[in-house]
Amino acid sequence: MDNKIPAVKMRNITKTFGPTVANDKVWLDIYRGEILALLGENGSGKTTLMNMLSGIYFPDEGAISIDGKDVVIRSPKDAFDLGIGMIHQHFKLVDVLTAAENIVLGLPGKLDLKAASEKIRTICEAYGFEVDPNQKIYDMSVSQKQTVEIVKVLYRGADILILDEPTAVLTPQETDKLFNVLRNMRNDNKAIVIITHKMHEVEALSDRVAILRHGQFIGDMPTAKTNAQEMTNMMVGHAVTLNIDRPDPVDPKPRIVVKNLTVRSIDGIVKLDDVSFTANSGEILGIAGISGCGQKELLEAIAGLQPVEKGSIEYIEDDGRAEQLLGKDPLTIQQMGVSLSFVPEDRLGMGLVANMDLSDNMMLRSFRRGHSVFTDRKTPRQLALDVVQELEVVTPGISTPVRRLSGGNVQKVLVGREIASAPTVLLTAYAVRGLDINSSYTIYDLINKQKKSGVAVVYVGEDLDVLLELADRILVLCGGKVSGIVPGRGANKRDVGMMMTKLGGNAHE
Amino acid sequence: MNNKTRSPLIHVSKRGLLPWYKAWAIRGAALVLALVTCGLITSLVTRQNPIQVYAAIINGSFGSPRKIWVLLQNISMLLCISLAVTPAFRMRCWNLGAEGQALIGGLAAAACMILLPGKLPNWGIIACMCVASVLSGAIWAAIPAFFKAKWNTNETLFTLMMNYVATQLVAYYCVVWESPKGSGTIGVINPTTELGWFPQIGSYKYLLNILIVAAVCLAMYVYLNYSKHGYEITVVGESERTARYVGIKVDRVIIRTMLLSGAVCGLAGLLLVGSTNHTLTTTIVDGRGFTAVMVSWLAKFNPIWMILTSFLIVFLGRGSGEIATKFGLNRSFGDILTGLILFFIIGSEFFINYEIHFRKSGGKEG
Amino acid sequence: MFDFISFIPRAVVQGIPLLLGSTGETLTEKSGNLNLGIPGIMYVGAISGVIGAFFYEQSPNFAPLPAILIPLGCCLLGSLLMGLLYCFLTVTLRANQNVTGLALTTFGVGFGNFFGGSLIKLSGSDLPSVILSATSNAFRTSLPIAEKAGVFGKLLLSYGFLAYIAVIIALTAAYILKHTRVGLHLRAVGENPNTADAAGINVSKYKYIATCTGSMIAGLGGLYYVMDYASGVWTNDAFGDRGWLAIALVIFTVWRPNVGVLASFLFGGLYILHMYIPSGMNLAVKELYKMAPYVVTIIVLVLSSMRNKRENQPPASLGLAYFREER
Repeated sequence: MDNKIPAVKMRNITKTFGPTVANDKVWLDIYRGEILALLGENGSGKTTLMNMLSGIYFPDEGAISIDGKDVVIRSPKDAFDLGIGMIHQHFKLVDVLTAAENIVLGLPGKLDLKAASEKIRTICEAYGFEVDPNQKIYDMSVSQKQTVEIVKVLYRGADILILDEPTAVLTPQETDKLFNVLRNMRNDNKAIVIITHKMHEVEALSDRVAILRHGQFIGDMPTAKTNAQEMTNMMVGHAVTLNIDRPDPVDPKPRIVVKNLTVRSIDGIVKLDDVSFTANSGEILGIAGISGCGQKELLEAIAGLQPVEKGSIEYIEDDGRAEQLLGKDPLTIQQMGVSLSFVPEDRLGMGLVANMDLSDNMMLRSFRRGHSVFTDRKTPRQLALDVVQELEVVTPGISTPVRRLSGGNVQKVLVGREIASAPTVLLTAYAVRGLDINSSYTIYDLINKQKKSGVAVVYVGEDLDVLLELADRILVLCGGKVSGIVPGRGANKRDVGMMMTKLGGNAHE
Repeated sequence: MNNKTRSPLIHVSKRGLLPWYKAWAIRGAALVLALVTCGLITSLVTRQNPIQVYAAIINGSFGSPRKIWVLLQNISMLLCISLAVTPAFRMRCWNLGAEGQALIGGLAAAACMILLPGKLPNWGIIACMCVASVLSGAIWAAIPAFFKAKWNTNETLFTLMMNYVATQLVAYYCVVWESPKGSGTIGVINPTTELGWFPQIGSYKYLLNILIVAAVCLAMYVYLNYSKHGYEITVVGESERTARYVGIKVDRVIIRTMLLSGAVCGLAGLLLVGSTNHTLTTTIVDGRGFTAVMVSWLAKFNPIWMILTSFLIVFLGRGSGEIATKFGLNRSFGDILTGLILFFIIGSEFFINYEIHFRKSGGKEG
Repeated sequence: MFDFISFIPRAVVQGIPLLLGSTGETLTEKSGNLNLGIPGIMYVGAISGVIGAFFYEQSPNFAPLPAILIPLGCCLLGSLLMGLLYCFLTVTLRANQNVTGLALTTFGVGFGNFFGGSLIKLSGSDLPSVILSATSNAFRTSLPIAEKAGVFGKLLLSYGFLAYIAVIIALTAAYILKHTRVGLHLRAVGENPNTADAAGINVSKYKYIATCTGSMIAGLGGLYYVMDYASGVWTNDAFGDRGWLAIALVIFTVWRPNVGVLASFLFGGLYILHMYIPSGMNLAVKELYKMAPYVVTIIVLVLSSMRNKRENQPPASLGLAYFREER
C-alpha cells in the first residue's frame, strides 16, 4: 500500500481565520480503496481542512495534488470536477426544493428532472438507498436528508467522498446501515474520508486513521495497529481517563412530575405523545433518543416555551405542595418563585445574544429585578467577572461580544449564568455538543456539582456513552413516546439503542 | 507548477473588531472622498471652480443668521423623525412608515386648530393638539405592529403602504377644509387669531422646536441605553428566541416600541404644523420619513451620533440648494449629491467589516 | 352603469409599468436581494429614455425605428447602471440592502428630476414638462386592425408594443424560474446561498445577473410610463409612487410573475377606480378612493401572513448579504 500514488496529497496546508490558526502546515494523504478516519477533537481543524479540499475555503498556503497532479481548488465546482464530494455536517440542501432538484443543483445542461429521477433510482438501487426524488426536503427526516446528500455526490460521479461527522444524527441501526454502504463504496475503489471524534466508529469502520490536534497534523497509521487509548492520547495530547464521575443521589425527592404530556407542532404533527415521568431532586435524569424525537419540545414545555395540547407538569415544592407549570410563560414561572434554569441546544440563537457582551448576557435572566426603570449594570458585571474566573473562560474581557468566543467558552458563559441563580431544576440540551474534551469535563463537573447540591437535573444528550456514565436514570424517547426508563448504572448501550428505534426496545434478535 | 500564481488575485476575509476610532476614521475618509467627488461633479456641471462650489455649499447653511436658524430647524425636524424610527430599528423592525405617522400627527394637530376655536381657550387647543398628534401617530404605527406581533406580517411593506393611505387621508381633508374655497389647499390656519400656534421663545421662531427635539434626543439616548425597556428592545432585535426564552413578551415589546416610534413621529408632525408651518399639506413631511432611515442607520442607531448624521444630510441638502439657485441648476441636484455621498458611506462599511488581501507577489514556499 | 369597455384598457395601461416593475423586482428578490431602489431605478429608466428621445427628436431626419431603439437603449443602459451600482454595494461590498435601496431611490428620483428639469429648461417650454409626441407616437403604434375589431380589438389589441413585451417578459420569467436550470439555481441562491455555493453555483454572478436584469426590466416600466401611458410627456414627480406599488405587487403575487400579469391589471384598475366611481361634485371622496391599491395591498399582506404556507414565503435569505467564509 505504501508505494501507491495517493488519490489526494495535501502538503503544508495553512489556513487562518483572523487571529485563529485553524490549520498549521498540515500534511495528509488519502488513498483509493481505503476508508480514512480523520480524527480530532472539535476545533482541531478537521472540517476546515476538508473544506479546503471541497473548495469552500481557500488555503492561505500549501499545495494539493490529486492522483499525482498539482491542482488548485478555488470553488466547489473545481472540487466536483476533480471528483471530490463532501457531505457536510450541516446539510447543504435547499428546504423548499425536492430531492431531485437538490441533487441536480449546480450541474450544467438542460433541466430534465425526469431523467435525473431515473438516474437517482439507479444509484439508489446500486447501494441500497431509499429516496423519493419528488419529496420536498422540509418533509424529510434527518437520515433521509443525509441520504439525499450522499446520492448527490454520487450522482456527480464523485470518487473521493468526504463525510463530516455523518453519524451525529443517526441511530445506531442507521449508523450500521451507513457503514455498510461506505464499505461497499470502498470495495468500489473509491477514496473515503470520514471526519469523526468517536473512537468506536474509527475502530469499526476505518482502514487508516489520521489525527489532528489544534490545527496540526499529529500522525497517521493503519487502524489495525493502534488502539483507542493511543488514539485518544494523540488527539488530546496527554493521557486522559474516559471515566465520568457519578456520585450516588442523596435523598432524591420528586421535583418535576410530568403526566400525559402531549405536544403538537404548528403543522399539527405530534411531537410528544402521552409522556409521563418524574424528575427527582439530587438526581440526573438522562434523556436519550434520536435527534428530533421530542427532546426539544419536552424541555421547552417544562420551561414554559412550548404550547401544550394536554397533560400536566407539576413542580413539587420542598414542603410537598404541587404547582402547575403548564400554560405559564417563563416570566410567570420565575415570578412564582420556581427557580428553573435551562441551557438550550441553540446557545447563541436562544440561550445568549451573540452580539451582546458577556456582561449584558449575564443580565438576560435578571434585568427585571428591582423597581427602577433603569437596569442595574453593576451586578451582572460582577457576575460576568466571577464566571470568567471560576469557569476559566478564555476571553479578551467581559465587554467582548460572546459570538467572538469559542464554542466551549460560550457554553461556559451560558451554564455559568444559568447556575448562578441557584436553580432547583436544571434543564440541559446537548450541553457538550461541539466542545473539546476538557471543556466537556468542566461541564460534567458543573452538572454533578448541581446534582450534589440537590438540583433536579434533566440532561438531554446525544452521546450514549456519556449518558450511560453520567445519568442516574435514563428516559428513552422514541418518536415522541416514552420507550422506557432505565437505571443508568448497569444499562446496556445496545439495549438503549434498540429502545431509541423501537418502542419498548424488545428487539427482533 | 507553483500554486501561488494561480491562486485568486483578491481574497476577502472578515476582520476582527476594529477600535471605534479606526472605524470612524474610515467613515470620515469615505465622507471626504464623497465630498471631493461631489465637488468635482458640481464643478463639471456648473463649470465653476471647486472652491466656489464648496463656498456655496457652506454659504447655503451658514450664510446668514436666518440660514443658520433654518439649518437648525431642518436638523431638528429630521433628527426628531430619525429618533422616532430608531427604537423600531434597534428591534430590527423596519418602520418605513415614519412619513405617514408624522403626517397623521400633523393632520390631528391641524384638525384641532381648525375645529376647536370657539370651543376651547388657546391653551386648551394646544393641549388637545399635543395629545391628539402624539396619540394618532402612535396608533398609526401600532396598526402594522399589531399584525407583525400577531402574524409576523412584513412590516417594511405594511408601513410603506400606510404612508400612502395617510397621504390620501390628508388629501381628503385638504379638500374638506380647503380655504379659500376651490383651492384644494388649507392655507395658513387661523392667520389672524393665531389660535393653536405654538408660542415663540423671544424672537426666535424655531428655538422651541430645537429645544424640544434636543430633549427628545437625550431622553431617547437614555431610554435605549439604560432603561429596562431599551434592554428588552435590543434583546428582541438580536434574537426573538432568546427574548422568549428569558420571558420577554415579544409581541408586547413590538407593539410598545412601535407605539413609541409612532408617538415621536406624531410629535414631529405636531411641531411641523403647530410650530413651524401653521398649515397642512400632503408633502409637509417632505420625505424625511425615508431620509430618517439613512440618518439612523449611518449613526449606527445611536441618538447622539444622529445629531451629526442629520446635520450632514441637512447641510448637504441646504448647500446643494444654494448651488442650485446660485448656478441656475435644478433643486433635485441636492438629491443626487446626497445619494452619492450615501453610496460612499454605505460602501465604506465594507472596509470596516472586511479585510482585503491581495495576492502576494512571488512564490516563497516550496 | 360602470363602463368596463373604457375602464379595462385604461387599467391595463396603468398596470403595465407595475407589471414590469414587479417582474424585475421578483427576479431580484429571487436572488436574495431586496431592492428598495426599484422606484429610483424606474425613474432613471424613464429619464434615460427621455434624454435619448429628446436629442433624437431634434435631429433632422426622424424615423420611427430609431425613435424606438434609441430611447429603449438609453433606458436599458441607465437602469443597468443603477442595478450594477446596487449590486456592487450589496453583493461585492455586502452593504445593508434596505439602506442601499433607499439611497438608490433618493438618488434615482433626484437624477430623474434634475435632468427632467434641465431638459424642460432646454426645451424652453412654458409648461413644466418635456413633450416628446413624435417618439411617443412611435411607441404607441398599435396594430391597424385594432380599431376595426370592435370591443375585442379595444380590449386586446389597442396597446403599444411594450405592453405585449411586458406580458411576454413576465410569462418568460415565470417559465424560467419554474422550469429551467437557471431558474432552479437562482431560486437556490435566494433560498440558501451557502448550499448553492457548495453545489458549485457562482452566487455573486447569479445575484448580479438577476438584479441587473431585474433593474433593466423595471427600467422599461418607467419608459413605458412616459412614452406610452403619459403620451411622451415628462413632468417631474409625475411617476409618483408606482415603484413602491410594484414592490407591493411582488408580495401580492407571492413571487410569481405569471400571477403578476392579472394582478398588475387589477392594481391598475384600483389606481384609476376613483375616476370611474360617480361621486358627484364631492372631490374630497375621490381622494379616499385613491387609497384603494394601498389598502388592498395591506389586506393581501395580512392575509398571506395569516395563512402561513411554506411555498408562499419570501426567499429565505432575502435581505441578507452572503459571505462564504462566514464563521
